[in-house]
Amino acid sequence: MPIIQTTVEQLEPHPDVALVERVRGGDVSAYDTLVRKYERQIFRIAQHITQNREDAEDVMQDAFLKAYEKLEQFQGNSKFYTWLVRIAVNESLMRLRKRRTGKMVSIDEDIATEEGSVPRDLADWAPDPEQNFGQSELAEILRKTIQGLPQGFRIVFVLRDVEGLSTEETAEMLSLSVPAVKSRLLRARLQLRERLSRYFHGNKRLKEMRLGETRNEK
Amino acid sequence: MTCTEFLALLDDLIDDTVTAETRAELQAHLGHCGHCEVILNTTRKTIEIYRSHEVYDLPASLRERLHAAIMARCKKCG
Repeated sequence: MPIIQTTVEQLEPHPDVALVERVRGGDVSAYDTLVRKYERQIFRIAQHITQNREDAEDVMQDAFLKAYEKLEQFQGNSKFYTWLVRIAVNESLMRLRKRRTGKMVSIDEDIATEEGSVPRDLADWAPDPEQNFGQSELAEILRKTIQGLPQGFRIVFVLRDVEGLSTEETAEMLSLSVPAVKSRLLRARLQLRERLSRYFHGNKRLKEMRLGETRNEK
Repeated sequence: MTCTEFLALLDDLIDDTVTAETRAELQAHLGHCGHCEVILNTTRKTIEIYRSHEVYDLPASLRERLHAAIMARCKKCG
């Protein structure tokens, strides 16, 4: 018996569960805590999908408001964060549709490309290559590189690798099969790797040359 | 194991979802294929860089403004 008791004690519920319960009981300050906890992530996801700052601001506000309004529908057996991300992803895709009126937006878009799926750049990177760039310069390189990915790859990469959701959670959220998520993730990773290679080679001259290209493209 | 077979399992290796047997085969391939070793290391680095660097900054002032707007709207509807 003591062993079983210890095991039960170790399985403490996620702290969000208690916060959600407090909100359901009318405690708005508990929702303030939840918003503070996840607002950065939700803003980031919205920016990655919409690629537009104003849209991301709107999505972030609408997603938190919608989550608040629909909190009764939240099943306690799923994670609040995953549930919130699902709302934010849907809001972001809706926002994209609005912006591109008449043009269907789906995460199946543009995935026919095989570009970058077969690695071509096989030279090694400099050790800690990001150290060779200033913070804002690096952020620009990373932003530009990920913006160039097809949307269906980009969203999968962001949810899986940046936000740390599981393959199954990502699949469910995007209404994709698990193999489809895995295939997109592999191609997203390889394409990003291929594109970042241009900047992160050990070869200093090449790096300088690529930087010059970036400046010219601005 | 060929490079194509290695690449097909690259994600499973990175995500640590391979069996011990497959892992041993992948390691054996890496032992004699410098190209696949570079691809593995640089792909891992790609993920790590995106995980550890903020691509889209949310400045404190904007964050506070949005936070206040969210809470005001929630209080109104609640």
